[in-house]
Amino acid sequence: MLNLARKDSFANGIHPPEMKDETSHLAIRRFPFAPLLIVPLSQHLGKPASSVVRAGQEVSRGQVIAEADGFMSVAMHAPASGIVKKIALAPGIGGNMIESVYIEPHPASSQEVEGGEACDVESATADEIIAAIQSAGIVGLGGAAFPTHVKLKPPEGKTLDTLIINGVECEPYLTTDHRVMLEQTADIFNGIRYLLKATGAGESIIAIEANKSDAAKKLQDECPADLPVSIRVCPVKYPQGAEKMVIQSLLHREIPSGGLPADVGAICVNVATTAEIGRLLPRGHGIQERVITIGGPGIKRKGNYRIPIGTTVRFALDEAGAAKDIARVFLGGPMMGPSVSNLDIPITKGTSGITAFTQAQIDEATGHKHIYPCIHCARCVEACPLFLNPSQLGILAKNEEYDRMVGEFHLMDCFECGACSYVCPSHIPLVQYFRLSKKMVRKLSAAK
Amino acid sequence: MSIAVLTLAALSFLFASLLVLAHRKLHVDEDPRIDAAHQMLPGTNCGACGFPGCLGLAEAMVDGSALPGKCTVMNDDERDDVAVFLGVDAGAEEKVVARLACAGGTNVARNRARYEGLDSCRAATLVAGGGKACFWGCLGLGDCEKVCDLDAIYLNEHDLPIVIEDACTACGDCVDACPKDLFSLHPVSHHLWVACKNLEKGDAVLADCEVACDACGKCAVDAPGGVITMIDNLPVVDYTRNHDVRNAIERCPTGAIVWFEKDSGPVAGRAAPRFHRQGSRPGSPT
Repeated sequence: MLNLARKDSFANGIHPPEMKDETSHLAIRRFPFAPLLIVPLSQHLGKPASSVVRAGQEVSRGQVIAEADGFMSVAMHAPASGIVKKIALAPGIGGNMIESVYIEPHPASSQEVEGGEACDVESATADEIIAAIQSAGIVGLGGAAFPTHVKLKPPEGKTLDTLIINGVECEPYLTTDHRVMLEQTADIFNGIRYLLKATGAGESIIAIEANKSDAAKKLQDECPADLPVSIRVCPVKYPQGAEKMVIQSLLHREIPSGGLPADVGAICVNVATTAEIGRLLPRGHGIQERVITIGGPGIKRKGNYRIPIGTTVRFALDEAGAAKDIARVFLGGPMMGPSVSNLDIPITKGTSGITAFTQAQIDEATGHKHIYPCIHCARCVEACPLFLNPSQLGILAKNEEYDRMVGEFHLMDCFECGACSYVCPSHIPLVQYFRLSKKMVRKLSAAK
Repeated sequence: MSIAVLTLAALSFLFASLLVLAHRKLHVDEDPRIDAAHQMLPGTNCGACGFPGCLGLAEAMVDGSALPGKCTVMNDDERDDVAVFLGVDAGAEEKVVARLACAGGTNVARNRARYEGLDSCRAATLVAGGGKACFWGCLGLGDCEKVCDLDAIYLNEHDLPIVIEDACTACGDCVDACPKDLFSLHPVSHHLWVACKNLEKGDAVLADCEVACDACGKCAVDAPGGVITMIDNLPVVDYTRNHDVRNAIERCPTGAIVWFEKDSGPVAGRAAPRFHRQGSRPGSPT
């Protein structure tokens, strides 16, 4: 009875238009190989991988082209059979230049994937699974691109009791996780077996938002009886897909300020990441492609595509039929996705989608709206899922009072979901202020 | 009544005599020249001399650990006045100024995207590096102009910061403010200057900016032995050698390496193209 009163959700948050109907019914299709693939050596948080190929070398699809450099790093695999044109700087998502491997795929190749050493879930130990996940190059495919093997190992003195498989996908326009849950159901359960063994967690929960009830039903129907898995459907709310929020919604545990999910005995892995673990590890393959949603009103052939890593955004937009006058392109969804300044950047492991808008649509949605002063209406305070005070933080950011932002107002806990900027009637670019402030805080503390 | 008056009178006499005693015993002789020299300094407290404000420099000058030449804000006459007053040598501290390693104004450099957001280079850098096609180039939103207390930097008509060398005291605020690390401090005698930080080479660079260094290496060949070396597709001037070699700039095809003259500002070589465009570079953003 108590459970009925307690909703599987978190406090605050917002309800932006979901915009998922356009692509959620479209099955995942394979994307063609671009004439040139650019594989950055740094697609994840942490240390860049170190390249093990040289210019002019032939590579086959799935071959390791860069090895992990230390624990906070993962391997890279060739996205196509072809020839390494050069290893040089290429523009990255952040507008920075990243050392990358340029691969020209052979047009006539059968593009067979080269297999490596398979990792069997029954016979492998936890450490072997963690090592296999690292050498398969698996990172968080939800967007953060945090190396998955790093968080599987709980810190000293902490135990993990619950594994949360995050299929919430609260970001508007994106439907990749939805399609993966429908089409790779068996892979997901297989991946859960690996993850449970690696982490030592006793039970797992798959979290799904109510707008994906067909996926929840399919998972429920096909769930193996011997697996300690429950499927929980949460009410739709943004940003439920964030790690901190989904743990709050399902377990009603609050991660302490500056802490990790391991502090409350939980670990949260994206559902697409889980599916890739379940698909790749038994075959000994590495990640060389991923599922993305190409959508938004500026796209003619919207859909969910399995796309080779290293495809440029320009090629992806051309193939998906972008409108001539697209003016803004986000990698990921429009709430948290970074907008790109260069269409020649490659799609990486952390790219969950491409969302394109034309100028008219951008003008209609945001216009060239003037930034007005804060009127202290506290709508941002009601929106912030972490109970921060974005209004006060915004004022402090404007005055460059970084010490107070960190010490009194917990700036560093903000994960930039954008709920405050979304509701602000004065159009104050709060998240941009916070990103800038965080950057300045890191710069100042590095100088000390 | 009379007891209270007497007690208060006695107390005030006691405290007054304590004050007199303290004044006599604890008196510190401060050199009056410190105050006078402090008055003669410009009072901007810019910190360019390396001392905490003008008073710090005045104290150092009086005790002989610094010369008036440390102050880069005063002109020669003012410096001589201080030197004469203190009876010391003026000191030949060379004037140091901030130099910008980019020449890509809107007339020559291409924008790839239109940036909308906070009016600050630092904020723009965090949004996919800003809209400029060249990743290394100046974004032209004027963080340096805003941070300069001495009004020594202004944005020209092509949104490129210009340093007024006479006003610049080399305090280093613009060096800290620039998110692309384009400013550095140099003595004015460093005439030879590479106004580009683009690490790529060839025609790809020139498609983004017409005054970028395309790493042809002519300057390194023309300069006598080892003054200029090409490192990471950019010429690097070795200022520890004799770098007074103007012929190094003459064959530069883009004018990325320039010659700074005191009054005329940067001069490009004869082979560099001349730009007369006033508006932004043709070609729409992509």
